[in-house]
Amino acid sequence: MSGSATRDPSADVARLSPHLDRAVPISLREHRAAFPPPSTPHRASRAELIDAIDAAGLRGRGGAAFPTAVKMRAVGGGKRRPVVVVNGSEGEPASEKDRVLMTLGPHLVLDGAELAAAAVDADEVIVGVDAAAPRARRSIEAAVGERSAVARRGVSVRVVPIPTGYVAGEERSLVHLLNGGPAIPTSGPRPFVRGVRGRPTLIQNVETLGHLALINAFGPTWFRSIGPDEMPGSMLVTVSGGVAHPGVYEIEVGAKIGDVMRGAGGAPRGVGGVLVGGYSGTWLAAEIAATVPLQPSGLAAVGGIVGAGVIAVVPEDACGWTETANVLRWLAGQTAGQCGPCVHGLAAIAGAAEQVVTGRGGDATFGRLNRWAADVRGRGACALPDGAVRFLQSALEVFGADVRAHLHGRRCAGSREPRILPVPEPGKAA
Amino acid sequence: MRLRLDPIACTGHGICAELLPEMIRLDDWGYPILDDATVPAELLPMARRTLNACPALALRLEREPKAPRG
Repeated sequence: MSGSATRDPSADVARLSPHLDRAVPISLREHRAAFPPPSTPHRASRAELIDAIDAAGLRGRGGAAFPTAVKMRAVGGGKRRPVVVVNGSEGEPASEKDRVLMTLGPHLVLDGAELAAAAVDADEVIVGVDAAAPRARRSIEAAVGERSAVARRGVSVRVVPIPTGYVAGEERSLVHLLNGGPAIPTSGPRPFVRGVRGRPTLIQNVETLGHLALINAFGPTWFRSIGPDEMPGSMLVTVSGGVAHPGVYEIEVGAKIGDVMRGAGGAPRGVGGVLVGGYSGTWLAAEIAATVPLQPSGLAAVGGIVGAGVIAVVPEDACGWTETANVLRWLAGQTAGQCGPCVHGLAAIAGAAEQVVTGRGGDATFGRLNRWAADVRGRGACALPDGAVRFLQSALEVFGADVRAHLHGRRCAGSREPRILPVPEPGKAA
Repeated sequence: MRLRLDPIACTGHGICAELLPEMIRLDDWGYPILDDATVPAELLPMARRTLNACPALALRLEREPKAPRG
């Protein structure tokens, strides 16, 4: 997959892309030449920065699309000084946009992190980077080093590797890890109440912080000049699978998924289904994906989520159900092993999905999959089981024909094709 | 009051579903699925007994959300 983002010359969509449309990481000097330095908010104007983020309507780009200003207000104003955690864990196997941004545009991310720290009066920034993304980590570490040479404010910044894993980037997993535990979720308080060392902790995705820095530089009105009211601005997406030019692209939030696929060169082998959001997202049929806008309400209308901006295209001659079973087995293996319904439910679901692939399942298998999907939802400490179930249920809808072909003992030709969706092996770099 | 479960603490003993079948059933793997509705007054004493009987102390009763629902 290519590591560069493509600039759309026709619109003011290329906001983060100028940082990414290059072969080597941007230096601090180049970065400062291109962007005004982040003004350090004085105590009196800290609330103004959060107000500007609020007015801009910035929502998180890590998966949950949560309003950033709400999170910032939740950690500030308490007795204890907050901690800011930059979430660069990017546990979605089909997503590359965060590591591309960290690798090529580290200063934009760090500008955003320092601004966020100033706004909530934090004196500590911790940047968590996926341990399997050494290039991103080296780039962030080098950028932190460059900045410390000219640093003048009392905010400490350090970089911490995050063990690779689907639940490692969950907010309470990160806090657990940074407090000396394993990177698995807890059922403790929300991090904005009690997080790192018991302090209120603001956790933001790396891309979100890049946008935050741009809002500080150019203002909320500029930020809102593209994208829908419910989620203004641009976003990075990772387009993969059966498109001519897979890669990371910057698009206007609300762009039709079909147009995003065309921007990536179109789908020469046809479209059997499109996975949107990530492995916790939803499959969409080709004709629906063509017209659905990539924004929260547009996806909610078809049972989906914007998620981490993953758009993975399964070609018409591939088998979407085989892809689904493969990912379900991987998701089952990503359980932290803590919640019974997740441990047992996801393993059972993966087993049944594989039975369908190999033609050993009957109509009862289909029924069990539906029942287990309903039973497992909402019963984990984190969102893993809910995401897996959303993914499964959308597959049952979109790949009904594939499922029926398998159930009636036919191995569809597509199931022998090489896999489209990546499932990293444990311990291996993605 | 509503029943709440800490899914990490729960180890699937299943005693709760035996004591309070009106509100709790078990999934195919022996883990409880709670009824999300308000616990009716007549069941509250038994619900409290169920909380105390859980070997993992994974169940609790939570006050109703303050905002009026619906």
